[in-house]
Amino acid sequence: MIKVKINGRERTFDGDPEMPLLWFLRDELDMTGTKFGCGAGLCGACTVHRNGEAIRSCTTAMKDVAGKTITTVEGLSANGDHPLQKAWMQANVPQCGYCQTGQIMHAAAFLKKNHHPTDDEIDAAMSGNICRCGTYQRIRAAIKTAAKEMA
Amino acid sequence: MSIENVSRRNFLGGVFSAGALVLAARILPEEALADTNEYHGKAASAALRPSIYLGVEPDGTVYIVTHRSEMGTGIRTTLPLVAADELDADWSKVKIEQGIGDKRYGDQNTDGSKSIRGFFVAFREAGASARTMLVQAAAAQWGVSASECKAQLHVVTHTPSGRKLSYGELAQAAGKLPVPKPEALQFKPKSEWRYIGKESQIADLADICTGKAVFGMDVKRPGMLYASVERPPVMGGSVQSMDDKAALQVRGVKQTASIDPFKPPYTFQPLGGVAVIADSTWAAFQGRKKLKIEWNNGANASHDSEQYKKELLETARKPGKVVRNIGDVDAAFAKGGKIVDAEYYVPLLAHATMEPPVALAEFRDGKVEAWVPTQNPQAVQDTVAGALGIKPEDVTCHVTLLGGGFGRKSKPDYVAEAAILSKKTGKPIKLVWSREDDLRFDYYHAVAGMYHKAAMDDKGKTTAWLHRSVFPSISSMNDASSMYGFNVEYGMGLNDMPFDIPNHRAENGPAKAHVRIGWLRSVANIYHVFSGLSFADELAHAAGRDPLEYQLELIGNGRIIDFKSQGVADYWNYGESYEKFPFDTARLRKVLEIAGEKSGWGKRKPGNGWGIGVAASRSFTSYVASVVEVEVDKNGKIHIPRTWQVADVGMVINPDRVRSQFEGAAVMGASIALSGEISLSDGRVKQSNFNTYPVARMNQAPLRTDVHIVESSALPGGVGEPGVPPFVPAFANAVFAATGKRVRELPFSKHKLV
Repeated sequence: MIKVKINGRERTFDGDPEMPLLWFLRDELDMTGTKFGCGAGLCGACTVHRNGEAIRSCTTAMKDVAGKTITTVEGLSANGDHPLQKAWMQANVPQCGYCQTGQIMHAAAFLKKNHHPTDDEIDAAMSGNICRCGTYQRIRAAIKTAAKEMA
Repeated sequence: MSIENVSRRNFLGGVFSAGALVLAARILPEEALADTNEYHGKAASAALRPSIYLGVEPDGTVYIVTHRSEMGTGIRTTLPLVAADELDADWSKVKIEQGIGDKRYGDQNTDGSKSIRGFFVAFREAGASARTMLVQAAAAQWGVSASECKAQLHVVTHTPSGRKLSYGELAQAAGKLPVPKPEALQFKPKSEWRYIGKESQIADLADICTGKAVFGMDVKRPGMLYASVERPPVMGGSVQSMDDKAALQVRGVKQTASIDPFKPPYTFQPLGGVAVIADSTWAAFQGRKKLKIEWNNGANASHDSEQYKKELLETARKPGKVVRNIGDVDAAFAKGGKIVDAEYYVPLLAHATMEPPVALAEFRDGKVEAWVPTQNPQAVQDTVAGALGIKPEDVTCHVTLLGGGFGRKSKPDYVAEAAILSKKTGKPIKLVWSREDDLRFDYYHAVAGMYHKAAMDDKGKTTAWLHRSVFPSISSMNDASSMYGFNVEYGMGLNDMPFDIPNHRAENGPAKAHVRIGWLRSVANIYHVFSGLSFADELAHAAGRDPLEYQLELIGNGRIIDFKSQGVADYWNYGESYEKFPFDTARLRKVLEIAGEKSGWGKRKPGNGWGIGVAASRSFTSYVASVVEVEVDKNGKIHIPRTWQVADVGMVINPDRVRSQFEGAAVMGASIALSGEISLSDGRVKQSNFNTYPVARMNQAPLRTDVHIVESSALPGGVGEPGVPPFVPAFANAVFAATGKRVRELPFSKHKLV
């Protein structure tokens, strides 16, 4: 039996300990804000936080989140008003929107470490998150807006 | 699109008479009608329904149906904005409903950058009809002339007396009036437009940013099981023998089931294979790994991309089917002068939508209900019906949000797979494609080999141009013996090259398809415009001229191109009438000229690792020029600091969504140019995931794209696709300017630049 705290709530899991966290979130908890994009940690659509660090939930086994604290996009803010979410809306970042929760989750972990990121630092940090619609320049702008608000 | 008062008849096959439905809606609790409403929508059961796209309720809510699919263009918001503007509705009182698949909505294939082109008028008429009826109802109630009344922001006002009635208060009375004839409608003057051409936000913005938005991947049904399919590795293959013992041992796996291979031609049929059905996506994936299958690989088992490339390029050296002819290129070449020629090559490309294909289907009592991220819900109905031997009207297709489309999700093979498995198992089935499935079993953008040859006089003027193109055609989808392209592919950069050259011939050579071929964002323009506009740049350099100035000279004077007199009998023109949407080279010149001004063209001398390139094209009836700036570092790594996209797309409804499409097109163009390549050996696709099929990431995409929208009152043109074609040659031309290296074969990742 694996215990894991997700968005402040204790959850238990007794299935295959090798199953990635992504499928526990999506198929068992119906928390579908975390997306399946590649299953190999290559696109970032499944990004969540484990003890505050951005991880790829599609390649993180349930056994590796035992006893840990997980935050998903559903738990990022109470009312969808995290500075990044507000900046995302202000800049009209999303097109199809599928990758955006992963982008926001990755950016949120990044901004906790770097309060005044440069373009290059943002590009380096975010280059693991693919957006096939090509919203990168708006993502970069929104991260800067949010960084200012959070500073 | 004609409009009729659907409040007076059954709507979309409903079981109630219209009057009863209206009455029932007033008396019965919401839940009693939930099922009906799920099928027919609230717009359909509203008190005032002047159009199948719009309804107004007595509480003032305006329901607007989007029958087109949302894959990132913003169309789910933009078409309703058109109707809301003409209705002069308060946008906060508008609720958008996603239409199910139904032929009565008209064309629903969200493809070809045609949603606004095709439905601007219908949505405008829907809004104007409702407004007219509301004004008439108010005038009747007050006993005044309708000409003294004005509709504004959800309220009708009698101007002389100042009396007011809200749209909600008027809805029932207005619903009893006849719908005005389209020719009797008066549209709002441009000066009074409230939403058209103004900045708006997409309806799903907050849901997307908080993870609440529902994509196909996110749908669930009670009792649902998950499926993953092992498909024949070679196109046209089939299962010879199968051992599922180990698969069935995997925890969570319920059963396996076979899917028959397609009967040629491949159309939208499933590829066939063996499905593993389980109680979670993960268990289905794991079980699939344990299947032991021997395949019959069939006729494509020896297909090899390297060999095929040689064949395409050899064919391009030989005369092909003439698809356009001006003057006599052979005579012009025989005269001598400076001859320039070059071969170009673009490999197969995959769509790689962020959300891989996925479908949920539920077979019950001979009918199917499906929840699908699809660009083409009516094709879902037809395809599922065909696969199960039922009627299309017995297939209900709910359209979710799409995590990207780019043409892949017009082809509903994946929905047929889910429906077949639901019928076999008796359970609702959610069928999930892995990324590997997506890249290995796509309907690929065609590989193409092209040959260009030109003659130039002693002043550097191009006097003759031969353009040959050889590619496996999309027509192989419906014709297994297909060897040639058709007018849709020719009309995308092959028989509509806009250059004013006295001798020009375009030809198409034969090629057989060995994989499924489909359309991908901007389609044949990708290879034709890449090669054509790269070659135009080669000619400029051969003539010792500035590339921008030379492209303008090639285009020549502003004129409407007369394709008929140039041997193009069936010019496609993106399905539009040529009278309404002619090819106007003045508009093409203008975007190029503006691109030159905006980018400061000519101010900095290229070379030493810095370069700038330009290209322009018309596609989907819109005119676009791209300028791309590149830096190539000492390791040969290419950076794209800045690009300019100048677009004349005619009238603009939603400017921010137009800008976002052109920003995105630059990124997709960068993916195609830098790294896009699908290749096969032994008939099998070699790429598997984003490590072997890289797409542009933030640190590879253009750092900044400036979009300039040309002010235009022309009819609305396409927006989603036209930004892609000119970007790719503009990029290649920039790299040449920076390095002196002409890359004629995509992607650039295969070439060493230093």
